[in-house]
Amino acid sequence: MVSKEKKSNYKIIGTRPIRHDGYDKVTGRAQYGADIKLPGMIYGAVLRSPHAHAKIKSIDTTKAENTNGVFAVMTAKDLPRLTDKQRGNSEESGSEKHLSENVMALDKVFYKGHVVAAVSANDVNTAREAVKKIIVDYEVLKPVINVDQAMDKDAPILHEEFIGDHLGKKVKNTNIATYNRYKIGNAEDAFKNCDLVVEKEVELQTVHQGYIEPHSGTAIWDEDDRVKVWTSTQGSFSNRDSVSKVLSLDVSRVKVTPMEIGGGFGGKIPVYLEPIAAVLSKKSRRPVQLVMSRTDVFDASGPAPGGKVIVKIGVDKNGKMLAGYADIRLEAGGYPEAFIEAAAKCVFSCYDIPAMDIEAYDVLVNKPSSAPYRAPGSPQVAFATETVVDEICKKLKMDLIDFRLLNVAEKGTRTALGPKYRKIGLKEVLEAAKKSDHWNSKIDNKPSNGKLRGRGIASGYWFNIGEKSAVNLSLNMDGTVILTEGSTDIGGSRASIAMQAAEVLGIEAESVRPSVVDTDSIGHTDVTGGSRTTYATGYAAYKAAHIMIDEITGKAAKIWDIPENEIIYENGAISSKTDSELKMTLREFADQNPFGPVVSSASVDLEEAAGGFGTHIVDLEIDPETGKTDVIRYTVLQDVGKAIHPAYVEGQLQGGATQGIGWALNEEYFMSEQGTMLNSSYLDYRMPIALDLPMIETVLVEVPSEDHPFGVRGFGETPICPPVPAISNAVNDAIGTRILSTPIKASKILKTLKNI
Amino acid sequence: MSDNNVRKVAINTTINGQEMDILVDPYVSLLETLREVVGMTGTKEGCNDGNCGACTINIDGRIVDSCLVLGVEAEGKNIETVEGMATPEGLHPLQQAFLEEAALQCGICTPGFLVSAKALLDNEPKPSEDRIRHWLAGNLCRCTGYDKIVKAVKKASD
Repeated sequence: MVSKEKKSNYKIIGTRPIRHDGYDKVTGRAQYGADIKLPGMIYGAVLRSPHAHAKIKSIDTTKAENTNGVFAVMTAKDLPRLTDKQRGNSEESGSEKHLSENVMALDKVFYKGHVVAAVSANDVNTAREAVKKIIVDYEVLKPVINVDQAMDKDAPILHEEFIGDHLGKKVKNTNIATYNRYKIGNAEDAFKNCDLVVEKEVELQTVHQGYIEPHSGTAIWDEDDRVKVWTSTQGSFSNRDSVSKVLSLDVSRVKVTPMEIGGGFGGKIPVYLEPIAAVLSKKSRRPVQLVMSRTDVFDASGPAPGGKVIVKIGVDKNGKMLAGYADIRLEAGGYPEAFIEAAAKCVFSCYDIPAMDIEAYDVLVNKPSSAPYRAPGSPQVAFATETVVDEICKKLKMDLIDFRLLNVAEKGTRTALGPKYRKIGLKEVLEAAKKSDHWNSKIDNKPSNGKLRGRGIASGYWFNIGEKSAVNLSLNMDGTVILTEGSTDIGGSRASIAMQAAEVLGIEAESVRPSVVDTDSIGHTDVTGGSRTTYATGYAAYKAAHIMIDEITGKAAKIWDIPENEIIYENGAISSKTDSELKMTLREFADQNPFGPVVSSASVDLEEAAGGFGTHIVDLEIDPETGKTDVIRYTVLQDVGKAIHPAYVEGQLQGGATQGIGWALNEEYFMSEQGTMLNSSYLDYRMPIALDLPMIETVLVEVPSEDHPFGVRGFGETPICPPVPAISNAVNDAIGTRILSTPIKASKILKTLKNI
Repeated sequence: MSDNNVRKVAINTTINGQEMDILVDPYVSLLETLREVVGMTGTKEGCNDGNCGACTINIDGRIVDSCLVLGVEAEGKNIETVEGMATPEGLHPLQQAFLEEAALQCGICTPGFLVSAKALLDNEPKPSEDRIRHWLAGNLCRCTGYDKIVKAVKKASD
């Protein structure tokens, strides 16, 4: 049962204090993954496969070992062999064997850039030169680089020993790792009763999270077989778990110190270099650091699945949705997990549809093993669904928002995977969109510059996970509070967590000093991901602050020698119900408290917060000469529950929308037939720059969640879901043709315009 | 490249107002020199090929990607990095504006943006939004969508 804060006239929540870690970050003092330097540290480099699909016949490391300055060389033979046992972490799945072999390939490589060996040396350049001397004999195999190739009956099989799960049946010799089907009602019959059925197929290319900080790993393996790791990770505990599994050590033998993290978006949940640094350290008897190049990051980390999605929706003549069908095929990369269950959960999430049938395929291809990317699976399916919705509105000549409101998902609506929604705010978001300045402004379809203009709208959803978090509080003698937590701060969560403790304690946000600490110093805390951090770790801070107040009132009762139930704690001050003379501030109490340190701890293990919904409106302008698209106005409307620090909430909405704009217009893994990415640099993998964008307008709709004392619900991931369909719908509005494959780049638009 | 015939080169340079003598391998970048030799890790590596701007520094009044400059080219130069922006009197107005406007999320690109934006305001005290967006086009940010960065630069110029 959720305890509710009765008051809504918050003192701290909803304000915009300067984030606690901000000073270190604007002065260059903040230490990110590659900034840690340890005494005696040496450097590592890895050898990566030039082939997308090949058997490793032999590896000869002799020349590398004999190079001056080299300390150690390792291959997968230096790692313990793990089994098919499945891992069960919150945002991680797959077998232990695959976890290990993704870190370093054993007998087969599954993507270009797959690590096959590593070297440590006294400086990084020596290490890089030495890995080039390692000779690998490959038997090159034909790669499969998309879902069509992989699902073809004659396709080369990636994992010959792997057993796929097709509707619960065990299947060998397949690239379909998992095939699932989710049904609500009888969609087949329901489609027969529809007055209009619209079906669309969309195709998406692989994209990357694009965080600016490359992956790194720094480790010491000491003489007591204890491994210390410093890394940039979204979850120090999940990182510890992965490192200990790959090394076959008890988790307590691994300590992970999370450095500041230079972006992640899901991509910094997997481990890549940390176990390699540990093994090289063991062999070198020195601390070892490895850092990826940008090309390595593109070739061998991240990406979000490309694939194909078919969506079919049937409506009656009034526009009421009666049936939905989806076929979702997403690329897992070299190892299983393309987030198909999340995709199935999201595909019809914005609508109340009585009968649904969803088929979903997790497909192995010769690309890097995909990692979560901001609402994993949801943007891909939103593209298909919101395209169909747009088309139905056109066919029925219905208003784009009225149609969505007619079919809107609300509290009590049954979701595709079964459970009914708790309190959600899509209706409020759509109503806000209808009233917004952007929606009510006229778009000039024939501007004097000769360009083509269009407007698009789309909605999107993410389910916002809960999971485990822990927080410790300690009262200083000056009345301020130290807060320690285990959630990597990827975009202002120290502030949003500290503010929740400050609100409870009735003190300033600045009077709570938050620190993100290592895995030996705090209780288990799940990854910063799934839009859970301000919700779950903030909830733990709320609970710990209440426990601290109980500690304070207990000790204050002893100081004044009155019963504890006569103590009032309010606005950071302590007083007596019966004796108005008895008063002290928290600072006075802290200064004179003779009854021992005031500390408190709390932990939570929460269910999903009720989902977050957003609707985006975009105006764009297309140059008919070049096909280039410019976004000229963009508005994000989203139910954010309760915004603790509104500036960082707006920032999430703006940043998520911008990633979605990049996904829609420019970004893709441009692959050769050999399965190698041809554009693995920021120059060629063109992410949005400042010049590409207008200001991103935001409307924070606040429908408090019933699952959190302040009404917090996750909000960070939803904003990447609507941009692709919103832009595709706007392109259709501008040129009268739908381009249903990402990226909707200049060359595709130009080709479409010239064919007209 | 640990060829024993390659000798380190003695360089005299000025970094954030402090003159110093350093020894650098002739093949390493100024970025690596700052981070590994001088020990100043405020300048960040995002791509090491001149496309992200996280390693932006100021050399004799011009901003450059320090990954594209050799360490030995620092000889006789006046270099400014993010570490030199704040003074004993306090933060540079841009640093203060970035904090107040929440213009950073993860913060890895922030040093490069600050050094770039400072060079703009040093020469053009009142840039327009369009001018700010043009000037900052060489600095990638993946978190913010640039909105709050542009607003912070505008605020610092007011």
